[in-house]
This record gives sequence, structure tokens and C-alpha cells, in this order.
Amino acid sequence: MTPDVKGFLLLSTIKMLLVFTVLMIGVALLTLMERKVSAWMQNRRGPNRVGWAGLLQPAADGLKNIAKEETFPASANQLIFTLAPAMAFIPAALLSGVIPWASPLPVSFDARLPLIGTVSYHGMLSMAVVDLPVGFLFVIAISSLGVYGIALAGWSSNNKYSLLGGLRSSAQMVSYEVAMGMSLVPVLLLTGNVTFSAIIAAQQEGLWFVLPLFLSFFVFLVAGFAETNRLPFDLPEAESELVAGYHTEYSAMKFSMFPISEYANMATVSAMVVTLFFGGWDLPGPWAPGPGLGLTLLTAGAMFLKVLFFLYLFMWVRWTLPRFRYDQLMALGWKVMLPVALGYIMVTAFAIWALEHWVGVASPKLAMLILFGMNLLLAYGVFYRLDRGVIVSGSFRPPPPTAPPHRPTTAPAGGA
Amino acid sequence: MPIGIKVLKRPEQRVSYVRAALKGMALTFKHMLEPKVTMQYPEEKSTADLRGAYALSPRWRGTHRMMADEQGRTKCVACGLCPQICPANCIKLVPGEDAEGNRYPLIYEIDEFRCIFCGYCQEVCPEEAIHVGTHYENAEYSRDRFVYDLERLGAQVHPVSTLWDPADPRGE
Repeated sequence: MTPDVKGFLLLSTIKMLLVFTVLMIGVALLTLMERKVSAWMQNRRGPNRVGWAGLLQPAADGLKNIAKEETFPASANQLIFTLAPAMAFIPAALLSGVIPWASPLPVSFDARLPLIGTVSYHGMLSMAVVDLPVGFLFVIAISSLGVYGIALAGWSSNNKYSLLGGLRSSAQMVSYEVAMGMSLVPVLLLTGNVTFSAIIAAQQEGLWFVLPLFLSFFVFLVAGFAETNRLPFDLPEAESELVAGYHTEYSAMKFSMFPISEYANMATVSAMVVTLFFGGWDLPGPWAPGPGLGLTLLTAGAMFLKVLFFLYLFMWVRWTLPRFRYDQLMALGWKVMLPVALGYIMVTAFAIWALEHWVGVASPKLAMLILFGMNLLLAYGVFYRLDRGVIVSGSFRPPPPTAPPHRPTTAPAGGA
Repeated sequence: MPIGIKVLKRPEQRVSYVRAALKGMALTFKHMLEPKVTMQYPEEKSTADLRGAYALSPRWRGTHRMMADEQGRTKCVACGLCPQICPANCIKLVPGEDAEGNRYPLIYEIDEFRCIFCGYCQEVCPEEAIHVGTHYENAEYSRDRFVYDLERLGAQVHPVSTLWDPADPRGE
């Protein structure tokens, strides 16, 4: 191997370890944050006994889960039952590898390391573990795999509640996957590329995509909630109906893997939302320094804050909204989100084409501003429809216009 | 119909979902900023002090306490009313008599496990000797420690309960 390849591999390994470590610690702290936020929203204090302000609570929880007894249902499919938690977790962990967490870092070094030999790297180092050319297509593909873990966990438990949870999750995740994929097409239209770095560059050049593609953002966010099985859409778990849904039969660390993958999914979906619609690591304002370690750290901080906001939003919504009924969930997915996403593709495509060929707007910023104006109108229309409850209220059937009020008939006379 | 049943009609149309969701989110956010109500138990405790932040009701009926007179002798005259009225049958009383003919309890034990903390013993006591108190931290390491004998009952210092008075139902 040439020193360049060695340097690339070395740096990639370091990035991999870094991202995975940060993700796992972050997930552990997210469980604490969830409990804290839920407590605050209910005027409670939340865990505050283990460590300072309860910061060691996740460690205590982890210890407890590792030390607990693992139970296997007698009639469960042992192999799949054991594999399912890993299958739920791996896609979530994989996705964190493709998201650029900070601005590229200019790196230039030659070094001799023991065992490895000469390593060198010159150039901009992407702060994603791997800056895939297929970009968000990879994310959509891999996040679809997460459904296997949940569906198989439900099926292999050989328990009716688990099975129902698994079935619901597969139906729900497949339904919302469609809307999610469709909602990303306008991003592709506007950028002309699917790689994250190109998307971020386009947003730096113009506006953050949340403005020109607001409806895409909305559909993606809602689909993201459904994909991560978070509360308005947590029908796979649905503790009021299904005990604990797909993980009813799980115990100890195998159970713990499901919350871990849920939180990891939340983190990646938040990072996706930020990267696609909120400029990624882009730092708004003219006071960003030139490329270097300072910029990378600052942008990492900006990314962190943005992701944190969306993680908070996930929790905020979870502790506010009640769960959808199943038919409402399906109605929202297929009758609202998918048509909105599809229609939006058409409108955006036409608008971009018209702006380019009829109007001839050269500046991307101006074009995006015009799109933003168009979005305001569209969003008003969509939310007007949503707000009137015309689409979402699944069980509503208008009464017949002139039905007379039902009166009990008097008993026929003359009955012996 | 014994109980009034109010059937709420499910809203069927012209329902504002988006606005309702946003209103709910605003409400939960408002709650995040409000003062917390959790009592930090081992540091903060409920006390009989009514002015405190966490006040026990003065009618709280906790574990018992035996009162003593000015000479430090127990007030109990072993009349036997409290074991008689005790619905849980948790008071064990063996009366004794000294040379002057004064009755006193030889053995007076209350099994706090069996006790249902009704407060009848306090209510029935003609000498105001046995009381239930405003005390609630009763953990012990063994079961037999829950049988409080006369010495232990006399050693308690917690404030006693003011039982509900039928003549003054609101405590005025």
C-alpha cells in the first residue's frame, strides 16, 4: 500500500471510532435527556441522583441491563430472536457514518508510525466517515433495513402482541418510507446531486432548503417521526394496546438494544433533517473563519446545536401529542403525505424549470427566494386543508343530508 | 340512573389538528419553565409544621406514642379500652397494680404491622395516654422490631395527631 492509502485508511479508522464513540455516548445521554425533558414537561425534576444532575444515570441503567437475566421464550425462534436486536441497531449505527458532521478539515502530514510504516495525507479531509457519492440514497436504502429488526423481533418472539407490533411496524415504516423518499426528490432537483457535500454547498450558495423546500421538509420530518417509531407514530410499541409491542419478550441487554437503536435512529434522522434542510454544518453569518481546525470545530458545534434542537423536537412532540389510531396513521401516510410529496415534486420541478428557462434567474439565492414565496402559498393551502380536518379524520362520514330522526315505531295494533 | 354519564361527542369535522397540536406544544413548553413540584425526599421531608412547604395534615395518623405525666410515669392506667376497641387486635395489654392500688400496664405492646392506624385507641383513651403521631419513617431491619413495647412507645417524641372531631368537622 502506498503511504497515501495508508493515511486515508488511518484517518478513516480514527473518524469511524470517533463517530461511533460519540454516537454511543450521545445515545446514552439521549435516554437521560428524554427522561429529563419528559420530567420537566410534567413539572417534575427527572433523574438527579446518580452523578451530578443525574448524568451517570445512563451508566447505571446500562449496568443494570447488563447484569439482568436474559430470558428466552420457550417457543421463540432462538436464532432470529437473538439476531433481531442487532438487526435493528446496525442500520442506525451505519447511517451515522455518511453524514458530514463538520466542514472539511485541511490535513497535510507525513509520518512514520510503528507497525504501519509511512503514512501521509494531503488535502481536504471530509468530516463524514465516508462521503458517499450516492449520498442520501444510501441513507434511504439502509434506513429501510431497520424495519427488519423490528418486524423479525415481533415475529420470532412467538407472541401475539409482539407479532402485531412487528406487523404494524412493517406496514407503517414501509408506508412512510415512500413519502420519505418522495420528499427528497425536490432536494435532488434543486441541487442536481445526491451527495451530502454537494447539498450543503448548494445551501451555502443559496438559502437553507427549509425555505425553498418547506413542504419537503415537513413531509420528511413527519416521515422521520414515523420511521423512528416516535410517539405520534409509535404504534409498534403502543403499550396501551400491545403490552410493549415488538419487544414484549425481550429482556436485559437485548431489550436495551431496541431503545438504543431508536435513539440512534433519532440522531441520524435529526442529522439528516439538518443536513438536507438546515444547511448541515453550515454556519450562517459572515464571521466564520477560513478553512482550518477552528472552522471545523465551530461548524461541528453548529451541527451539534442544530441536531440537538431536532432531538429536542422529537421529545417535545413525544410528550405532547397522543398516539394516532392505526387507520389515521395509514390515512395520513397514504392520503396526505404521499400525494403532497408527489404533487410537490411536480410543482417544484416545474418551478425550477420555469425559473431557469422562462424567467432566466441566474442567482441561486434569488431563485430560492422565489421558490420560498411559492412555498408560503403552497404551505398555506396544505395546512388549510390539514387544519380543517378534511383529510386526517379517517372515521368521518358525512351524515345523509335529509335523514329524518329515528323514532321508535309504535307496536302494531291488533297483535294477539 | 345512579350516576350521571356525560357522553362526549367525538368532533367529526372542522377540527383544527395543526392548531391543536401547536397549542399542545406551547402548553408543554410552558410547563418546562414552571417551578418543579417534586419533593427531594431524603433532603426535604413532610413535617407536622403546617407552615412548611410539605406539611403533614395535623390529622395524620402515624405510629403510636405513649404519653407520660409530670413525674415521668406513663399515663396509662391499664383500663383495657384500647385493646377492646382495636379493630386489628394489635394491642397487647397486661394490667398490673401497685401497693396503693394504682393500675398500670405490666406489658403494653402494639404490633405496628397489624395496626391499621384508625386512631380508635387515641380516641377511646380516657387518660389521653396512647396517641397516634405524625410520624411515618418506620423502616426496620427485622420484623420483630415492629412490635413496639411500652418503653419504646414512651420514648417517642414526635407530635401527636389531632384526630377528627365530629363536633368540629372542618377543624375550625
